[in-house]
Amino acid sequence: MTIELALFYLLSAVTVGCAVMVIASRNPVHSVLFLILAFFNSAGLFLLLGAEFLAMILVVVYVGAVAVLFLFVVMMLDVNFRRLREGARLYWPIGALVGVILLAELILVTGGWAFAGGFETAAPIPSDPSITNTEALGRVIYTDYVYLFQTAGVILLVAIIGAIMLTLRPRGTLRRQDIAEQVHRRPQDTVELRKVDTGAGV
Amino acid sequence: MQGYLAEYLPILIFIAIAAGLSLVMIVASMLTARQRPDSEKLSPYECGFEPFEDARGRFDVRYYLVAILFIIFDLEVAFLFPWAISLGTIGVFGFWSMMFFLFVLTIGFLYEWKKGALEWD
Amino acid sequence: MTPAPLLDLMPALPEFLLLLAGLLFLVIGVLREGDGVRLIGPLSALSLVIAAAIILASDKTAADTFGGHFRMDAFAAFLKVLIYVGVAAAILVSQNFLEDERIARFEFPLLALFGALGMGMMVSANSFLALYMSLELQSLSVYVLAAGHRDTLRSTEAGLKYFILGSLASGLLLYGISLVYGFTGTVMFDQIGSLLRDENASLSSGALVGLVFIAAGICFKLGVVPFHMWTPDVYEGAPTPVGAYIASAPKLAAMGLLLRVLIDPFGAWVGQWQQIIVFVAIASMLLGAFAAIMQTNFKRLMAYSGIANIGYALVGLAAGTRDGVDGVLVFMAIYMVMTLGTFACILAMRRQGSYVEDINELAGLSRRQPILALILTILMFSLAGIPPTAGFFGKFYVFKAAIDANLTWLAVIGLLSSVVACYYYLRIVKLVWFDQAAEPFDLPLRPAIGAVAGISAILLIVAVLAINPLFASAGIAASAIFH
Repeated sequence: MTIELALFYLLSAVTVGCAVMVIASRNPVHSVLFLILAFFNSAGLFLLLGAEFLAMILVVVYVGAVAVLFLFVVMMLDVNFRRLREGARLYWPIGALVGVILLAELILVTGGWAFAGGFETAAPIPSDPSITNTEALGRVIYTDYVYLFQTAGVILLVAIIGAIMLTLRPRGTLRRQDIAEQVHRRPQDTVELRKVDTGAGV
Repeated sequence: MQGYLAEYLPILIFIAIAAGLSLVMIVASMLTARQRPDSEKLSPYECGFEPFEDARGRFDVRYYLVAILFIIFDLEVAFLFPWAISLGTIGVFGFWSMMFFLFVLTIGFLYEWKKGALEWD
Repeated sequence: MTPAPLLDLMPALPEFLLLLAGLLFLVIGVLREGDGVRLIGPLSALSLVIAAAIILASDKTAADTFGGHFRMDAFAAFLKVLIYVGVAAAILVSQNFLEDERIARFEFPLLALFGALGMGMMVSANSFLALYMSLELQSLSVYVLAAGHRDTLRSTEAGLKYFILGSLASGLLLYGISLVYGFTGTVMFDQIGSLLRDENASLSSGALVGLVFIAAGICFKLGVVPFHMWTPDVYEGAPTPVGAYIASAPKLAAMGLLLRVLIDPFGAWVGQWQQIIVFVAIASMLLGAFAAIMQTNFKRLMAYSGIANIGYALVGLAAGTRDGVDGVLVFMAIYMVMTLGTFACILAMRRQGSYVEDINELAGLSRRQPILALILTILMFSLAGIPPTAGFFGKFYVFKAAIDANLTWLAVIGLLSSVVACYYYLRIVKLVWFDQAAEPFDLPLRPAIGAVAGISAILLIVAVLAINPLFASAGIAASAIFH
C-alpha cells in the first residue's frame, strides 16, 4: 500500500510538473518532450488505477504517434515562438482568473462530495479479478458498446478524408510505378541498333 | 501491493536503475571533471567548421499527412488487441462487429491509396 | 423496463443507409476523380432526402436499440427530417460555388453527408457516450469543411479557429460527462433521469458541476454568448455554402441535444439549469441585436443574427415546459428555413464572376432583379419577426411559453431586442428597394440557388396556413422527451 501511495504521489507530481513545463518552456521541442514525459507518467497513474489497457494505449498511441505528430507540426511551422509569446503576457491575468475560478469550483465539488441517491443500483460493472483488464474491455466494446465502436470507426474515416482533403496536393511530376508496363517493355521497343561507319560518327 | 501490480515490479526496478544510473553519470561528471565553459565549447559541433544554419529545418507538410494517417491506423490496431483476446467469449457477433469496423476503415484505406496519399515522389 | 436490443437496425435504418451511402460515394468519388462533385453532390442530397422520407413514413413510437444508446422517437424524427432536408438543400446550393471557386472536390458533399449522419445520431443519442461520439463525428466534418477553401487565409483561419475552440468545448463537455458519470454511476439518460427524479435523492453538487460543464460544451456548439466568439469569424471565413451549412442544420442538432439532455436526464433539476439558460438567452439576444448593427459583411451579419435567434429559442427552453420545447422546435424549424434562404441569396450576390458579401452591394437590387429582391425582403421580414411571415410565429410561441411560465420579463427583453434587431434587417430592405442602383448581379440566377431561396420564401409566407399542423407535430415531438 505504501509503495503504491508513494508511486502515486511521485507520478502525479511529475505529471503536473511536466504539464507546467509544456506551456512554460521556451523551446517548443522541449515542450513536446515534456508532453511525452507527462504521457508516460499518466500511463503510470492508469496502471495504479488498474486500467492496464488504457496505460499501454497511452504509451503506444500518444507517445508513439501523437507526440511524433506534434514534433512534426512544431518543426513544420517554423514559428518564432518568442514573438508569439510576447502577447501572452497581456492575457495572463485573465487566464489566471479563469484558473482560479476553476480551482474554486473544484474545491466546491470536493467539499460537497455526495453521490446521487440510489447510486448503487446504477453502479458500473464491477471488475472481475479473474480476467485481465484488456479482456474485460474486449468483452463489452464489441458487443454491448457496438454502437460507439462503429461510430469510432466512422470518425476515423472522416479523419482520413479530412487529413487528405486539407493537406494532399497533387504533384504533377509524380512518376508512378506501373509494373505491367515495365515488365512488358521489350528491348526492340527501346533499344535501337545502328550501323555506324568508321570515322563518320553517328 | 495489488496482485497484478506485482507483475510490473521488474519495470519499476528497471526504471529506477535507469534513472539512478543516468543521474549518477551526470552528477559524477559534474563533480569530477573541471568545468570551464566558454561560447566556443558550448556551440554545437558540426564537423569542425562553424555551424552555418539553424539546426531546426522546416519539414514538408507531407510528413504530417503520413503521421496522421499512421495515427489513424494505429488506433485501428489498438482496437484489435482486446478483440483478439476476447474473441472466444464475444462470439460471432463480436467477430462481425470488428469486420464491419475494418470494412469502414478499409474503404478509407482504398480512398487514400487511390488518392495517392501514400505516394511520396 | 426491458433492456434494449443490441442489434435492431430498424430504428437506426435511415442513419445506417446514410453510412452505407457515404461509403459507396467515397469509392465512386475516388474512382471518378474528375467529375466527382457533379455526381456525388446530387447523390448525397438524394440519399438525405430518401433518409428523411423513410423517417416520415416510419412508425414514430419510441424505440431503443444498440443497448439503449440510440433512441428513435417522435422528437428525433421531427428534428432529423428537418436536418436531412436542410443539409440536402445546403449541398445543392454549394455545387455552383465550389465550381466557380475551383474547389470542386467530391469530399465537400461527402463530408456534409457524414456531418448529417453525425447530426442524426446527435438527436438520437440516449447516453452521454453516444452524445459525445456523435457530436465529434459532426464537429470533425464541419471543421474540415470550414477550412475547405484551403488556399485562402480566411478559410484556413476559420477552420483552425473553429477546431481549437471546438476541441476546448469538447474538453469541457467530456469533463462534465465524467463528473456526471462519477457521481451517478451511469451514462445512460434513462437511468440518470430516474436517479435524479427519485424523491430521496440529494442534490449532488458534483453532478451539478458536471451539468454546468455539459451545458457549456453544448452551448459552444450552438454558438451562444458567452461561447459565441468563433461564430462571426467562421461564418465569414468559411466558404459561403459551408457557412449556410454550419448556420442551419448543426444548430438544430445541437439544440436537439440540449433539449434532450436538459429535459430527459436532468428534467428534475429544472430549477438548477433554468438560471443558466436564462442568462445565456438574455446575453445572446442582446449581443446579437446590438453587435449586428455595426456589420457591413452580410455573412457576419447573419452570424450575429444567428446568435440572437438561438437566444430567442432558448427563451422557450428556459420556460422548461412542454409548450416551451414545442415552441423551440417550431422556432428552430423556421430558423433553418430562413437561414438557408438568406444564404442562398448571399450566394446569388455574384458580380462579374466573383462573389461579393458586402450588404451595400445590394443597393437598388429591386430595379434589376425584382424577384430576388422580393425573396430577400420576405426573408428579412421573417427574420425581423414581422407578421404574417413565419418568423413572427416562431417568436410568438417561444415568448408565449415564457410568459406562461411566469418569465414575462424574459419575454419582454426578447421583444425589446428583436425590436433593435428589426433595424438591421429593415436596413437591408431599404437598401434593396430605395437606394441608388449599384451594378447588377450576374444573370441568370443559378437554378439550385434560385430554387432554395424561392422555396424558403414561399414556405415562410404559406406558413401562416400550416402553422397549426407544424405546432401540433412539434408538440408530439416535444412530448416524447418529457417523462
